[in-house]
Amino acid sequence: MSLTLDQVRKVAILARLELPEADLIRMQSQLSAILDYVAQLEELDTEGVEPLAHPLPIHNVFRPDEPTPSLTPDEALQNAPKREKGKDYFSVPAVFDTDEPMSH
Amino acid sequence: MSELTATQLLRLQATGKATAAEIADAFLDTYRTREPKLKAFVSLDEAAIREQAAAVDAKRAAGKPLGKLAGVPVAVKDVLCTKGVTTTCASKILKNFVPPYDAHVVERLRAEDAILFGKTNMDEFAMGSSTENSAFQTTRNPWDTDRIPGGSSGGSAACVAGCQAPLSLGTDTGGSIRQPAALCGIVGMKPTYGRVSRYGLIAFASSLDQVGPFAHDVTDAALMLEVISGHDKRDSTCVNQSVPEYRKTLNDPVKGLRIGVPREFFDKGLDSEIESSVRAALKEYEKQGATLVDVSLPHSKYALAAYYIVAPAEASSNLARFDGMHYGHRTAQKADLIGTYAKSRGEGFGKEVQRRIMIGTYVLSSGYKDAYYVKALKVRRLVKKDYDDAFATCDVVMGPTTPTAAFKAGEKSDDPLAMYLSDVYTVSCNLAGIPGLSMPCGFTKAGLPIGLQLLGKPFDEEKLLRIARMYEAATDWHTRRPKV
Repeated sequence: MSLTLDQVRKVAILARLELPEADLIRMQSQLSAILDYVAQLEELDTEGVEPLAHPLPIHNVFRPDEPTPSLTPDEALQNAPKREKGKDYFSVPAVFDTDEPMSH
Repeated sequence: MSELTATQLLRLQATGKATAAEIADAFLDTYRTREPKLKAFVSLDEAAIREQAAAVDAKRAAGKPLGKLAGVPVAVKDVLCTKGVTTTCASKILKNFVPPYDAHVVERLRAEDAILFGKTNMDEFAMGSSTENSAFQTTRNPWDTDRIPGGSSGGSAACVAGCQAPLSLGTDTGGSIRQPAALCGIVGMKPTYGRVSRYGLIAFASSLDQVGPFAHDVTDAALMLEVISGHDKRDSTCVNQSVPEYRKTLNDPVKGLRIGVPREFFDKGLDSEIESSVRAALKEYEKQGATLVDVSLPHSKYALAAYYIVAPAEASSNLARFDGMHYGHRTAQKADLIGTYAKSRGEGFGKEVQRRIMIGTYVLSSGYKDAYYVKALKVRRLVKKDYDDAFATCDVVMGPTTPTAAFKAGEKSDDPLAMYLSDVYTVSCNLAGIPGLSMPCGFTKAGLPIGLQLLGKPFDEEKLLRIARMYEAATDWHTRRPKV
């Protein structure tokens, strides 16, 4: 199964990876080789086989909803790439384009 | 002193022949001489190590009860969170990440008075089989420093083999403990999925990841497993099942032992020197009264392909959290929100991690999910069923851990698929969720270690360790130490 360069570009967008063109080209052949290799699974008849996502027969695990101590705001923010001094929030780029009026 | 096992170090302290401070100094000396050659550690804080050792000695002097690992240095793979100590996953994206909490297994080490002895190098986010995917350095094999130690837990394996620490923790998603243990000539164990809490383990593939020990011998591995196993409600896949005192029964041979020898593990691609050492190990078991049973794992040849769909799929989802917003690298380039994610991730992740995110994203994308991901999950069930069937006729499955001994640095780094093939005998264990162990069973003519792999039934670690000990007790491979 070989991937086109356009498909590789599209997957990179889905994966939120901005890569230089040379990397995308190299990835095209490497990903195609990996997909060729995994394509051998097609040989196997898996009709009627239940998919196994997890090795243990555990499903829902419940516990009482009790408040317990948690990280302080300072601990939670200690690794923030950007933080307004003394403020208890993460600083991030604008989510909405400010040139356009906000609408509902 | 640094060539001793943890059990020997505990005895030295109990009999007053050495203090924790002296032990720490001995290992720090070895660390200083060998680290320039081995590059096993990402970080190590000598002052913090001395402080911990002094605290253990003070506790002993005051007559207070001491933990099972009192005064024993334990190195920790840099994928496990350590409170106040950088935890990088050997990635640029987490280069400065300082966790505000300890992983469950790190808490357990502290509770048993172990000396946390540095954070070890690895393939970035545990993706690789050689440590060459580390963003910082390639670790070297103590038996031949032109060669890699295996991976992804290569630093944890090399530091024990190279006597920089007597014990270490690694993680195993597709062989990342067993493969480097084999290539470095030590014992490495992947417990049953759910035996050890994954809380504070930075996730690669959540349904496959498991934490486990590296040690010089089976007794030390059993000791570590006693310490790290057990229920933790912060990991809902960690089962609530009592933890046996593995060391108590360790020297009881298994009577009427039936060893399953899967013909698929001795197929083409297996190096002849590895094969003859593994066959000789099987003979040793026969000498002790074990019966060899011919078993078949007919789907094992598809396990690697299924693994390289399932693991990247889970990774692409787990690694979505690294977006440059809450922690980790954020791009300095100006961009909108989505652009900031994409640039931060493009700059922060290394090539193998990017490849796996891409594969995972592709196999989960609309239109391809059934053909790849769901198909792989069906094959996963068949792989697990093969083991269930095999264990109906035997107590343990044995074979080689790796198809070849340690390869040279650079030999496979440009060919991802060739690198993936070094996991061919180890991945099925993770897909099935069963416990696995690698132990030394010989050396090649070139002097490189060879590993014997033992695979057991789920939660049958107690028996698996006893079976391993039967071979170890009759051989001396585990007593050899490399000249670095």
